[in-house]
Amino acid sequence: MAIMLVDVPWAVVLILLPLAGAMGCVLWPSVTKTLGLMTVFGVALSVAGLGWQLTENGALRYAVGGWGAPLGIDLYADGLSLLMLAMTALVGLGVSGYSIGYFDHKYLLRFWPLWLFLLAALNALFLSADIFNLYVTLELMGLAAVALAALSGGSAALSGAMRYLLSTLLGSLCYLFGVALLYHGFGSVDIAVLAERLEPNATAWAALALMSAGLVLKTALFPLHFWLPPAHASAPAPVSAVLSALVVKASFYILLRLWLEIFAPLGEGVSTLLGLLGAAAVLWGSLQALRQTQVKLMVAYSTVAQVGYLFLAFPLVAATGVTALNAIVYLAFSHALAKAAMFLAAGNLLRFGGHDRIADLDRVVQRLPITLSAFALAGVSIMGLPPSGGFIGKWLLLQSALSQGRWDLVAVVIIGGLLAAAYVFKVLGNAFTQAAVPHTSRAVPACMEWAALLLAIAAIVLGFMASAVLPLVAIGDPFGLLGARP
Amino acid sequence: MNWNTWIPLFVVASSLLPGLIIFGLAEDRVRLRVGLNLVGALAKLGLVSWMLLGVYQGEHFEMRLAFLPGLELVLRAGPLSLIFVSLSTVLWLVTTVYAIGYLEGSPHRSRFFGFFSLCVTATVGVALSGNLITFLLFYELLTLSTYPLVVHRGTEEARRAGHVYLVYTVLGGALLLLATVWLYTLTGTLEFTPRGFVHGLEDTHRSALLIIFVLLIAGFGVKAALVPLHGWLPLAMVAPAPVSALLHAVAVVKAGAFGIVRVVYDVFGVESATALGVTGPLAWLAAVTIIYGSLRALFQDDLKRRLAYSTISQVAYITLGVAIAGPLAAIGGVVHLVHQGMMKITLFFCAGNLAETLGIHKISEMNGVGRRMPWTMAAFTVAAFGMIGAPPIAGFVSKWYLGLGALEAGQGWVIFVLAGSSVLNASYFLPILHRAWFREPPDVWPHGHNAGHGISEDLSGKISVNISGDVGGKETTWALLLPPVITALIALAAGVLAAAPFSPLEWAQLIAQREFYQP
Repeated sequence: MAIMLVDVPWAVVLILLPLAGAMGCVLWPSVTKTLGLMTVFGVALSVAGLGWQLTENGALRYAVGGWGAPLGIDLYADGLSLLMLAMTALVGLGVSGYSIGYFDHKYLLRFWPLWLFLLAALNALFLSADIFNLYVTLELMGLAAVALAALSGGSAALSGAMRYLLSTLLGSLCYLFGVALLYHGFGSVDIAVLAERLEPNATAWAALALMSAGLVLKTALFPLHFWLPPAHASAPAPVSAVLSALVVKASFYILLRLWLEIFAPLGEGVSTLLGLLGAAAVLWGSLQALRQTQVKLMVAYSTVAQVGYLFLAFPLVAATGVTALNAIVYLAFSHALAKAAMFLAAGNLLRFGGHDRIADLDRVVQRLPITLSAFALAGVSIMGLPPSGGFIGKWLLLQSALSQGRWDLVAVVIIGGLLAAAYVFKVLGNAFTQAAVPHTSRAVPACMEWAALLLAIAAIVLGFMASAVLPLVAIGDPFGLLGARP
Repeated sequence: MNWNTWIPLFVVASSLLPGLIIFGLAEDRVRLRVGLNLVGALAKLGLVSWMLLGVYQGEHFEMRLAFLPGLELVLRAGPLSLIFVSLSTVLWLVTTVYAIGYLEGSPHRSRFFGFFSLCVTATVGVALSGNLITFLLFYELLTLSTYPLVVHRGTEEARRAGHVYLVYTVLGGALLLLATVWLYTLTGTLEFTPRGFVHGLEDTHRSALLIIFVLLIAGFGVKAALVPLHGWLPLAMVAPAPVSALLHAVAVVKAGAFGIVRVVYDVFGVESATALGVTGPLAWLAAVTIIYGSLRALFQDDLKRRLAYSTISQVAYITLGVAIAGPLAAIGGVVHLVHQGMMKITLFFCAGNLAETLGIHKISEMNGVGRRMPWTMAAFTVAAFGMIGAPPIAGFVSKWYLGLGALEAGQGWVIFVLAGSSVLNASYFLPILHRAWFREPPDVWPHGHNAGHGISEDLSGKISVNISGDVGGKETTWALLLPPVITALIALAAGVLAAAPFSPLEWAQLIAQREFYQP
């Protein structure tokens, strides 16, 4: 039995299962909920299976249908992909549980196929080994995400989704141009092959610029973040959670792979620039978050800031290697859990009071204690206070910045943490006091409260798991960093 | 399996688990909540006594958990850890009894006791931390778990006090984080070591070490309320009395002071700190804080505010003892950590009793209160004399060793600070005592609300705890009266029996022998 399980091509299951689930949800609407939940659980189990395979055998390359790289499609999984898949599966579980209480039947029928489709696209993206495949998955993911963002159908949601659609299409288009250039110039779309063949010539530079610009737009790095807050804040809560937690991470993941594997020889200038933009994003996003008067917009701007942290580590990866990479992985993972929890909690507040104005939260600490605990615990991770996954990420980031004497980055990290504390506690402080205007409240289903809390607890628990999680990053030695520095 | 490895973890868990369970309890499960609190507190007391005995006989209690590459979470019970753990454990038990009486019938008790337990967990964790990162972890947990206690009442005033508290402590935490990471990149270790772990860097990284020292002291100084970082403390008085008591005597300010002890003795080491020339300025800062706190206390009419400024002044004694950097002064500083805790918690309990029973919040309302509440005021008097430094109460012992230590280290100026502070202490405590005992009581007491009831919203009548019967219809409930009397007796005993084995003083000498000045 055990031997059979090792042999299952979990990587393929991870893509096909949610696709099949999405089809099933369309075909048999009466069992949508059951089918959807089973699929999401199946995906989570498959990630565990893949993780087992990877720890047993190291990085895995799987030729779909038996055709090799130049002709067929290769799937590739190493520690980095595994952690991204695990992140997706965990957030997926939380969001799926939440959605059952959040949507009524009519919306559930629309939500589940799209969400499973998005899940398939995300999984495929994290498993792709060539840049064209990455494009396809990126596009699929973008379209599913836009459709989800427009799900509620209000005018704010539609205009937010429209902006989102245009920017995501523009981003993918830029990326596709880059892919075409590289294929034309170096005759391959396989990442590993390209990494060997690439020379620093004009084609490579143009491709780098186009692809980076497209991905940066999709990741909403400052100053290209303009589309994110309206789209994320106006979407239904479970969708906002998925968009902020997973979708922006996907384009970031591509950028990380490209940058470290293919474009590494092209010098440090661009990574320095990305680092600077990251710093600006941390400060600008946090300040904007602090200025917001509504919870969901605040949380959305916080995503802009948190994405900045990921880029902050970019210029450090070359010099400090695995520490900076660990920092990126940990920041991304814990942000995904915490931000999903925060959006879900914000959704509960919105449902409960009919509004999400921070000043009028009206003693929610007594009335929705579980939701508020979820928000607070997620906030701890977002602020980077111990013990939480966010703290580990921040610690590793500070450690690599200090070892390089990058005081500018250190200052940004510290100030960003303080600003995060300011906006998180702005919400928490108001949760204890009474609102000026009393209002009616609406019950929040238990599954919505607990989904948020469990995700937030996961973000905290992640803070104690570093010694178990970080060795996973090293599987397959992504980017060959381990040899470079201990 | 070796139990000694696990005991430090159990000590932390003995308040963490009850706390987490209490969060989930319904408001009316009074009996179960009280039971959990007391079982946790007693279990902790038992475990700590076991460790005290073990450490005295030279056993080691250490727990290590992998945390980060190259870093572990370390819980270790050395003599220094234990003196703080014992203080927290004993006072937690007493404060729990007090809080049960104080909050009887008031709303949101599950939330209160949940965070209360978390707060003690964090304090004990701070005490047991074997390296700086573990310390940091529990230190931040302390910030997070005390915030809901400060804003517990949910008034606008409480919200503002909580806000100020957070601004100070979160900023302090950020400085600490920076200093810790920086130190780690320089030394590659964060393990608390007798005589420090920065040897050999004094010359090569002198300025870096100086800045790190300043950052660490600033980070801890916020909670220890060193001037000019003390602004949050008087505001945090809006919290319920048991919280103030705990904040001032055990949890927050002590965690800060304990951090300073750790920095000087176990991170830098006295030799390195002296070589860097940082102990002198730290001693001066402490001296300024002592005098400033006492001066401000003189002019407060609000009883709790006067006590708050007195805390600022008294906690700086610990810093002073550490900064004088001699063995005797170190004993004085460390022993004051315990002594101040016992005396200050008594004072706050008494202030809480006055407010709860008679509605007295201001000193000008205290005329003749000694006749109405003799036991409470007797406890208050003992503690106040202890604060002034009158023998044979605990406070005298600390001051004696601080003075001796200063002379031994050739820093005679400290004597003047101590004397000046004692005069000031006397001038803000004696008038209170005079009013309470020798003036005529008013015809009617201000009386805010019923004895034993905080903000009474929930008078369901389901309260079935026995410990809150009336004391012959006279003073106040048992649960409020016993704790201050007990802590006052302990403070007295710590002074009278200072030379007995296992007294705080004896233990402080053991610390100096084994940890601070052992080769």
